Amino acid sequence: MTGSDFHIVLPEVILALYAMAALLFAVYTGKDKLTGAITWATAGIFVAVALWIGVAGAGSNAAFGDMFVDDAYSRFVKVVVLLSAAGVLVMSLDFMQRNQMGRFEYPLLVTLAVVGMMFMVSAGDLMVLYMGLELQSLALYVVASMQRDNVKSTEAGLKYFVLGSLSSGLLLYGASLVYGYSGTTLFSGIHQAVAHDAPLGLVFGLVFLLTGMAFKVSAAPFHMWTPDVYEGSPTPVTAFFATAPKAAAMALIARVVYDAFGEIPTQWTQVLAALAVLSMFLGAIAAIGQRDIKRLMAYSSIAHMGYALIGIASGTVEGVQAMLIYMAIYVTMNLGTFAFIMSMERDGKPVTSIDSLNLFSKREPLKALALLVLMFSLAGVPPMLGFFGKFYVLKAAVDADMTWLALAGAVASVIGAFYYLRIVFFMYFGKESEGAVSRMVPVQWAVFIAVAAIMLLGVINLFGIEAPALAAAQALVG
Amino acid sequence: MSVADLAFYAFSTVTVAAGLMVTLSRNPVHSVLWLILAFLSSAGLFVLLGAEFVAMLLIIVYVGAVAVLFLFVVMMLDIDFAELKAEMGRYMPLGLLVGVVLIMQLVLGVGAWTQAEGAMGLRVAITPDMAQVENTRALGLLIYDKYLLLFQMSGLILLVAMIGAIVLTLRHRKDVKRQNVLHQMWRDPAKAMELIDVKPGQGL
Repeated sequence: MTGSDFHIVLPEVILALYAMAALLFAVYTGKDKLTGAITWATAGIFVAVALWIGVAGAGSNAAFGDMFVDDAYSRFVKVVVLLSAAGVLVMSLDFMQRNQMGRFEYPLLVTLAVVGMMFMVSAGDLMVLYMGLELQSLALYVVASMQRDNVKSTEAGLKYFVLGSLSSGLLLYGASLVYGYSGTTLFSGIHQAVAHDAPLGLVFGLVFLLTGMAFKVSAAPFHMWTPDVYEGSPTPVTAFFATAPKAAAMALIARVVYDAFGEIPTQWTQVLAALAVLSMFLGAIAAIGQRDIKRLMAYSSIAHMGYALIGIASGTVEGVQAMLIYMAIYVTMNLGTFAFIMSMERDGKPVTSIDSLNLFSKREPLKALALLVLMFSLAGVPPMLGFFGKFYVLKAAVDADMTWLALAGAVASVIGAFYYLRIVFFMYFGKESEGAVSRMVPVQWAVFIAVAAIMLLGVINLFGIEAPALAAAQALVG
Repeated sequence: MSVADLAFYAFSTVTVAAGLMVTLSRNPVHSVLWLILAFLSSAGLFVLLGAEFVAMLLIIVYVGAVAVLFLFVVMMLDIDFAELKAEMGRYMPLGLLVGVVLIMQLVLGVGAWTQAEGAMGLRVAITPDMAQVENTRALGLLIYDKYLLLFQMSGLILLVAMIGAIVLTLRHRKDVKRQNVLHQMWRDPAKAMELIDVKPGQGL
């Protein structure tokens, strides 16, 4: 290792060192009394590192013999991951403390998970990919069962762990086949090895790799764990699952298919397109019967992953750009929605049933309006930002001569709109019943209203996200 | 056939057979014992490959620590494995079908197996020349130099595992007396003890 290598991984090193130092400090001093301070400090460091990466990072740098790649693409995703993780942390603090989960380890496990995600999106080697993925997943398994006296929460953690291990096994098997063919685990080496031809054995490896990663983004048919884990985990943890890890894993898929298998796009575009179609329709149709808003968000995220996969499947710079924009918008929407879900309660206890939103607009008109904006945006109704996310990926698919894929996406979004609009219907025209109230601390309120405002104001120029996303996509594909 | 060839066939047959028995034996304790046999014979395979350090690690770490720990866990868990197996029987036909299809596909894949040009060279180029450098040293050069990043990342993964185990299992019970070593050492005989001269025939 040389000094320049170290300089390139400095953001990850700083976060890892921070996690260790804060852990030691809290163990030897106030323990859980410090949860609030550590949560805010962690969020502050996330934002600081995100700003630093976003502003100071330039060019494409490789470290540790190409095993770690720092380019515009990885920086874009890292900023999204860090900011969303910071948002989830600060808005979940109150919920965790009120429900006896205010453990100081939570923000630190999130930090380590974020370090894993940063390695994932910067991976230039199959081994780094696997290590990053495991670092992320292991921390997520633990936080899923954070509420250890709750049967559902422990069930969620166990289910996630067992199925996650299975998917890691598939991924490793794929990695070993790819290594067996190309003789190297470096993406650059694989890229050269597959340039001439791609025999059956290698395609097997590629499919296994994609399977393992599709599990992590919960794309159908590898989505089975999602509804149970989302429902069982504490709501703030669900909010985290639905944001940063999704963005990181989606970025990882694009990283692998372009950096390692960019020469044989025909082998993976069809796989990704199939995953996309299945996810969109399954997410749209299976969500209709849901009565629990967390399960509904699980199916919603499955459907959204389908749209993001369309972007990668189209195999063009515009496609990757569309995927990045889509993920940024998706993460923002989910932050706002979960800020609201966390605040829902009845008699001081958190509730998550959709029925409890009956006539919510009568009780809290402003919040109902903001939630309406978010639901319209999730559904992809034109004036909101969510529409533009879908528009970009569908346009990329049409430009790449995959009109059938774009059509499938449009149909699925019409079906999916039903269950988002049903929530709005309940809020405004529901029947009289014992409803939930929304108790928000100022941070949650600020995130909720800000996200709703972003969904409306983003129409003007998408907050200038197109240019950095294009630069990122060009760094990956170009 | 040389002695090495014979040893290879012996070790690999035992490994595969033991692996099979791990899943087939009815008693979970027997499964763990078969697992230990599988570890031992794969250690033999490593020796044949010239990787004596890994072979020793396999015996010391896996057989000596991990498998024995497994044994204790399996013996302590109160799980009715017969019932679990009965449950599994219902899904057996479907599982077998999927397995057979998968095996057929894999046979196709492996049957048409080829390597990229120069793959062998790339694979060998990672390690230093094994004739010049002994095993332990070669591993050290890889782990602590070339793959330092991976080594540190695995350290982080272990840290997460440790935090997770503590978060999910440690409970601070309020109703038990705990030992406070400093408190014990600071105990001062002058304050802790009082000498009283009790006169005969009188109480206190």
